[in-house]
Amino acid sequence: MVTRLMKKFYILIIFAFLYAPIFVLIVFSFNNSKSRGNWNGFTLKWYMELLRDRQILSALYYTVIIAIISSLIATIIGTMAAIGIHNMSKWKQSLIMNITYLPVLNPDIVTGISLMILFIFMKMQLGFFSMLLAHITFNIPYVILSVMPKLKQLNKHLYEAALDLGATPWYAFKRVIIPEIMPGIITGALLAFTLSLDDFVISFFTTGSGVSNLSITIYSMARRGINPEINALSSLMFISVLSLLIIINKRMSKDNSVKENA
Amino acid sequence: MKQRWIAYPYIVWMVIFILVPLLLVVFYSVTTVTDEGIQFSLEHFKRFLEPVYLIVLLRSIYLAFISTVICLVLGYPMAMILASKDISKKQFIVLLFILPMWMNFLLRTYAWMTLLENSGLINTFLSFIGLPNLNLLYNHQAVVLGMVYNFLPFMVLPIYSVLSKIDKSIIEAAQDLGANNFIVFRRIIFPLSLPGVMSGITMVFMPSVTTFVISRLLGGGQYTLIGNLIEQQFLYVGDWNFGSALSVILIIIILLSMGVMSKYDKEHEGGGLW
Repeated sequence: MVTRLMKKFYILIIFAFLYAPIFVLIVFSFNNSKSRGNWNGFTLKWYMELLRDRQILSALYYTVIIAIISSLIATIIGTMAAIGIHNMSKWKQSLIMNITYLPVLNPDIVTGISLMILFIFMKMQLGFFSMLLAHITFNIPYVILSVMPKLKQLNKHLYEAALDLGATPWYAFKRVIIPEIMPGIITGALLAFTLSLDDFVISFFTTGSGVSNLSITIYSMARRGINPEINALSSLMFISVLSLLIIINKRMSKDNSVKENA
Repeated sequence: MKQRWIAYPYIVWMVIFILVPLLLVVFYSVTTVTDEGIQFSLEHFKRFLEPVYLIVLLRSIYLAFISTVICLVLGYPMAMILASKDISKKQFIVLLFILPMWMNFLLRTYAWMTLLENSGLINTFLSFIGLPNLNLLYNHQAVVLGMVYNFLPFMVLPIYSVLSKIDKSIIEAAQDLGANNFIVFRRIIFPLSLPGVMSGITMVFMPSVTTFVISRLLGGGQYTLIGNLIEQQFLYVGDWNFGSALSVILIIIILLSMGVMSKYDKEHEGGGLW
């Protein structure tokens, strides 16, 4: 009984540590005064200013657009790569996989500056396109690493059976292989999408003037000091993340109960 | 299905955007521009051995080490509690634990700025109850706090997943044989959780040693880490050669620490670099 209480107490302390800063941010996003110390009454003006802030709106636009395009392209290239690599000889496979691990293991800052050097070396204008290329590059390995295990589980004879039954290779690929590895593809795509949404370091080094994502905008605002608009942004983001997680959790528990009933 | 060509777009991509950039970094790190053109030289690495820069490296490793230790001390009990059966609504609690990780990394760091600054909430509270103000922001402790806050889940989750996979019958067998709780922990639970501890340590240490955001926002300009030094070389000073040499050193540190860690990780399945 005592240990149970202690466990609850410990969880409470850790959660207080994790949530207190976020909670304070949210509360002070409704504060009328710009300074943090005193409460000057309830207001929604920071939210109104946020919605009128051109810089933040364009950053939001670039963040979402780059996340969608880069995860889409990375999923296509990565899935194709995983299937091709799967059929290669052992040593070629391990060579390519080792190189694939490089961006995963490398510190972000090294990946960022190495891509920046490449783009400048190739005399490319840093901006939207270079940032997109960088995002695709760091996304592809995660897609490959999500699809690979599914390919290893795949029953080889399924494909041969389809061919024996008269399917063309393309038809068998489309109707047998792809559905079998679909869960891996979806995991990879989602992983790529969230990583791209959240990335700061690599974007910071590969973008140019005029194009920035949300993380870069927050960084440059925070460096200049406290800004209540960031608080408003935080509470909006916290609420969207929270509702997303609740929806996912509800759906997952529904799936589980369906499976249990069946 | 035997077609290997469908991997070729990726291989081309990989060579252009993974291999060539890294080779460029290595190339810049060992060359120098003189009047006679580009020449091979190790002067950038030699320059790194100057005390000014060595201190930066030692400080990065020191702060990352302290953060890792604090994360382990705070995180291991948390992982054990999450893995234990007698917690109600366990799934919900694990979810709540992951939730802050989904918030933008910069917003989480910024949150601490607003708490710690001189006119921030903590100092307002202190002066409200009549205590003198403290300088909480822009020092070592603030940087360590930021690292612990941001990377604690990376320590807890691997340990939690290893602990919840432990076969309960082993623990029961030990108890049947007369072991008390402490011996069960020391001889059974802890050794079995080591792979999780090792990957937790790697996952906290690596981002801590390479960060430049936390040190910039919470440490101010004074507490430069190796990440800040690299950022400065590329964005402000424009000395790509020295910046590249620093990056190469950073890669070597990461590879060394991962090599050491993976020695303990016996379950590691092949395919990785180590």
